[in-house]
Amino acid sequence: MKNLIIILLLIPVLVWAQNPSGKEILERIDENMASKSTISTSKMVIHGARQTRTIKAKSWGMGDEKSFTEYLAPAREKGTKMLKLEDELWIYSPSSDRIIKISGHMLRQSLMGSDLSYEDMMDNAELLEDYDAGVIGSEIIDERDCWIVELQAKTAEVNYQTRKMWVDKSRYIPLKEELYAKSGKLLKKLELSEITKIGNRWYPQKMIFKDMLKKGNGTEFIIDEIEFDKEIEAYIFTKASLK
Amino acid sequence: MLAIKLAYRNLVGAGLRTWLNVIVLAFVLFMIIWHYGILDGWNEQANRDMQAWEVGNGQYWQENYDPYDFFTLEDSHAKIPEVLQKASSDGIVTPILISQASVYPDGRIQSMLLKGIDPEQKVIAIPGAELNIESEAMPAGRQEISAIIGKRMAKNCKLKEGDITTIRWRDVNGTFDALEVKIVAIFDCNVPSIDGGQMYININTLQEMMQAPNEATLFVIDEDYEMSEDISGWVYKEFDFLMTEMNEMMKMKKVGGSVLYFILMLLAMLAIFDTQVLSIFRRQKEIGTYIAMGMTRRQVVSLFTVEGAMHAILAVAVVSTLGTGFLLWLQSIGFTMPAGTDDMGIAIAETIYPVYGAGLIIGTSLLVFVITLIVSYLPARKISKMKPTDAIKGKIQ
Repeated sequence: MKNLIIILLLIPVLVWAQNPSGKEILERIDENMASKSTISTSKMVIHGARQTRTIKAKSWGMGDEKSFTEYLAPAREKGTKMLKLEDELWIYSPSSDRIIKISGHMLRQSLMGSDLSYEDMMDNAELLEDYDAGVIGSEIIDERDCWIVELQAKTAEVNYQTRKMWVDKSRYIPLKEELYAKSGKLLKKLELSEITKIGNRWYPQKMIFKDMLKKGNGTEFIIDEIEFDKEIEAYIFTKASLK
Repeated sequence: MLAIKLAYRNLVGAGLRTWLNVIVLAFVLFMIIWHYGILDGWNEQANRDMQAWEVGNGQYWQENYDPYDFFTLEDSHAKIPEVLQKASSDGIVTPILISQASVYPDGRIQSMLLKGIDPEQKVIAIPGAELNIESEAMPAGRQEISAIIGKRMAKNCKLKEGDITTIRWRDVNGTFDALEVKIVAIFDCNVPSIDGGQMYININTLQEMMQAPNEATLFVIDEDYEMSEDISGWVYKEFDFLMTEMNEMMKMKKVGGSVLYFILMLLAMLAIFDTQVLSIFRRQKEIGTYIAMGMTRRQVVSLFTVEGAMHAILAVAVVSTLGTGFLLWLQSIGFTMPAGTDDMGIAIAETIYPVYGAGLIIGTSLLVFVITLIVSYLPARKISKMKPTDAIKGKIQ
C-alpha cells in the first residue's frame, strides 16, 4: 500500500519529466540551433507553377540580427548581395549597380520568386518574447516522436497569431511548423528534414517552405555546408561590403 | 466685289483642278472637326463617368493618403469625423476604407486594393447594394464574405460571379489574416481606376477585418454637400484637382492629333500653292490685260489671293452641305474603340459619341481659311514685279 502511494505521488513528477513545458521546449530548441555565428553555402530550389529554379548562395550570420548573403548562381542572380542588420534590409543588384533598402510594402514581396518573403527573412525568431507556448500532444513525424507545441501570440503586433511546431522529443529540433492567420486558416508550412549531427548539435540540412494559399510545391532550402561559431570579420556586415 | 466675282468665275472655269483642291481641303476640314469632336466627346464622357463612379463632386482624403504611393496606405486611415459621419447618414457623402491585400485566384497570388464601401450609399455608382445579399457585417464563423469586383479585375483574375477565392491581408497591427470571399457581382464601368486590381466589400466588414472600427481613408462627396469648415486631419480635394490627370491627358491627345493635321494641312496647302504658281505662270497674258485695262497691281494680287482663298470657302461649303449629314450620322452611331483600349488605364467607353461645338466648327473653318489666304497670297506677290507689256506678250518672266 505504501509503495502504491509513493508511485501515485511520483506519477505527476514522471509525467512532468516526460512532458516539458512549451517554454522549456523552445529554450531547448534555441540551445540546439542558436550559435554565435554561422558560415554556410546553400541552395534554394524554387518550384513554381511552370518551372523549377535553383539559386546558390553563401551566407554569413551573426546571431539572429546580422546576416550577409551573396548569390553565386545562376548567372542572372550572380553577384546579388543582401545585408540584414536587425530590422533593416538592403539589396545590391549588380545589373543596376545600386543598393536598395527594402522597406514597407516591399518587404512583403517574394524573395526571388520563392515562397519566402523578405519579411520571413527578417523574422528574428525570438518566439518566447512574442508567444505563449504550450504542448498540445505528440505525433510521429518521419519516424521520429515529436511534441506538438502550439504558440499563441501574447501581443497583437505579430505576423502570425498562431503557430504550431512539431519538435523531435529527443533531439529538440522542429521537424515541421505551421503558421496560421487570425481566422485560423493555414498560411505557411515549413518542413525540416535531413537532420545531421554537426559538432555537438543537431541541425536540419533541408527545409521546405510552402505558401499554402499558392499553387506549387514550395521552396526547398538545402544547406550544402555549414560551420558554426567561426570568427567573421566585422566589415562583412557593413553596407560597404555590398558593392 | 469685282475681285470676288472674277475669282469665282475663274475658279469654276478651272473645273476639275479647282474641285480637286477643294475636296482635299474639305477632307482636311472634315477630319479635324470629326477627330476633335471625338476627343471632346471622349472628354465629356470621361468626366461624366469619373464623376459618377469615382470622384463625385470632390473628396476628403485622410491627411496621409497619397493614391500614388502605396506605402502611405498603412497609415492613411482615421476615425470618421463627426461632421462627415452626419453627412454620411444623410447620404450626401460616403466613406471608403482602403487596405492592401492579396488575392489567390486558382492558387496564383495577385496584389490588390481591398476597399470597404457602404452598401447603402448612392453617392457613387458602384453597385454596393449587391453586398447586402448576405446582409452582413461580419458573418458568424468568419468563413466567407461577399465581394464585388469590376469586369477588368474579373478578367485578370479569371473570376466569375459565384466564385469563391481566398484573400489575405494584414490588420492595423501587422498580423496576417485570410478568408474566403464569394464574388456576388461583377460590375461593368468605363473607369479602370476603380476596377483593375480592386475588390469591394462591406465597409463594416473591412473595419472589423483591419481592427479599425469606424475608420475611413477617404470620403466621396455629393453635389448636395455644402463645404462649411476645415476638418482636422482631412484634406479637401476639389473636383478639378481630381480630374487633373484626365484633363492633362486629353490636352496631350489634342496636341498629338494636331501633328497629323499639320501634315494634312501641309499637303493641302502645297496643292493650293502649286495651283497658284501654275495659274500665275499660265495666265500672264491675262494679268497683263488686267493691268492694261486699268487695274492696279495690288488689285490683281488681290484677285489671285481671293481666288486661292476661295478654295477654303468652297471647302467649308462642301463640308457644310455634304459633311454635316455625315458628321451627324457619325455622331448618332458613335465611334467604337478598338478592343483592348479600355485596358490602357484611362476612362473610355466602348463607343464614343463625338461632340461638335460651335467653337470647334467656326474655329477650325477660320483657321483653314486664314492659312489658305496666306498660302494664296505668297505666290501672288510675284505679280507686282511683272512688266505689263511683257505680260501681254506672254513673255516668261
